[in-house]
Amino acid sequence: MSDLQQLYQQVILDHAKQRYGNRPLLGGTGIDRSPQFGSSHQVNPTCGDEITVEAEIDPGTGALTVRWDGQGCSISMASASVLTEIAEDTGPEGFAAAEAAFHTLMHSRGQGEADEDVLGDAAAFQGVSKFPARIKCALLSWMALKDALAQAHAAGGDHA
Amino acid sequence: MLSAAEVQRIRNDFPILAREVGGSPLVYLDSGATAQKPQCVIDAELDFYAHRNSAVHRGAHSLAVEATDAFESGRTAVADFVGAGIREIVWTKNATEALNVVALGLAHAAAGLGGPEAQRYRIGPGDSIVVTEMEHHANLIPWQQLARLTGARLRHLPLTDDGHLELGDLEEIVDTTTKVLAFTHASNVLGTINPVERLVARAREVGALTVLDACQSVPHLPVDLAALDVDFAAFSGHKMLGPTGIGVLYGRAELLDTLPPVLTGGSMITTVDMESAEFMPAPQRFEAGTQPVAQVAGLGAAVGYLSETGMADVAAHEAEIAGILVEGIDRVPGVRRIGPDASAARIASVAFDVEGVHAHDVGQVLDDAGIAVRVGHHCAQPLHRRYGLTATTRASASVYTTAEDCERFLTALAGVRPFFGVS
Repeated sequence: MSDLQQLYQQVILDHAKQRYGNRPLLGGTGIDRSPQFGSSHQVNPTCGDEITVEAEIDPGTGALTVRWDGQGCSISMASASVLTEIAEDTGPEGFAAAEAAFHTLMHSRGQGEADEDVLGDAAAFQGVSKFPARIKCALLSWMALKDALAQAHAAGGDHA
Repeated sequence: MLSAAEVQRIRNDFPILAREVGGSPLVYLDSGATAQKPQCVIDAELDFYAHRNSAVHRGAHSLAVEATDAFESGRTAVADFVGAGIREIVWTKNATEALNVVALGLAHAAAGLGGPEAQRYRIGPGDSIVVTEMEHHANLIPWQQLARLTGARLRHLPLTDDGHLELGDLEEIVDTTTKVLAFTHASNVLGTINPVERLVARAREVGALTVLDACQSVPHLPVDLAALDVDFAAFSGHKMLGPTGIGVLYGRAELLDTLPPVLTGGSMITTVDMESAEFMPAPQRFEAGTQPVAQVAGLGAAVGYLSETGMADVAAHEAEIAGILVEGIDRVPGVRRIGPDASAARIASVAFDVEGVHAHDVGQVLDDAGIAVRVGHHCAQPLHRRYGLTATTRASASVYTTAEDCERFLTALAGVRPFFGVS
């Protein structure tokens, strides 16, 4: 497989088209939402790409709902889709573990081994780490969800 | 017009053009961001450090004299190249700094610096500063800052759908309150060459200063700043085959002698006491501290190279390349170009959107074929917003760009949407 094919694996191209979690945001709509709510807006200044990610934790069940909206390249859009799947399937703790592994993988300069048990479809992003200019694209939504979750947890603490 | 053989001979002067990227010969279509350097420019910097390195405008030893000669002969070369006097050429670290020196110099004048001679520059509430919607951020944000600092109002000339300035309301937008009209000579995104004469004429009618961003014109067209009759202009060395770290501020001599300097310190004063200082006349009053001497030597060589090639021939060659790029891009399905057609006055800087594929992804696929283009907003976010875009892909040419470069680029571009399965 060429570097380019490794970068644009089919699973990434699929997520870039069928964007899981890319739905209307709650912020500012006045729609009822959990008190454990956080929203983070991140911008990639080199290309102007941007994403807003919302994290909402159900105070009863602890279930995490992720909503995001943004515009960007296939890598950034696919990454947001993948992380929504991981975060909603595994909850805040699973996301935290995946986030740490994903961060390490992205900074591995193509040398990292992706742990599919932790990363799921995000393992397909291994090829991105060979392209330093694209790492920020892959990480943008992860930074946003990490930030949004921190806000949701802090808000939950206030209401506890 | 340069023949194919002449362009090939020119290419042989640029060592980097012989390299490969990812196993393919490099096709460099990012000269609008920075141009490649001919061997004579590289040699001029090397020669300076190897044989003449010394501080300029201070010291009486032989090396100091030789270094000062190199520094000032670079100034003479650049002045001749753009139709300026040697006292009208100020070295800066880049064009961005040059534009900031003007904007912040005006802010200094508004704050009362510069004495009675600087009163003419005073800007304040009730005044306006006018820019255009196609400006590079370097010719927008300094004016936003000046407006904030002084209370003046910032206005802009909008764009037409086909990438020209909309001048229908020129007389309304540039009015008697206007103190500065700052605009680009050629758009780094759209490629449009603006009607300098008309804009300057309107500014003159209302007594506004004119500031020209010449970054994308001086490397590609014959430019005579005195004939254009602008008050200030800025351009950068690295876009005109010269080194990084050197930019140029042009100002009409009587203006430079009275505009308050922003960077102050050593080498720009006549007498200093513990309370105050007297400044030298231009250009030295704007050249505080140690200067980029080796870079000036390199820029002098770049200007020599362009002059020897002949700017009329450079412009004719690049016009042909612009035509190939514009018409070729327009033939690729699913690609929407922004900017004027090939028949308009334009440079070979061509930006476009590939429907369904983000510019980053376009650039990545092209890079895989050894083709270097720029992706993103090209430091022109308002321009992109005007066309409903966040980012575009841009191909931009220089004197060494060939028709073969364009063909390889166009072939690769045609493969982008199929690669991503978009149709």
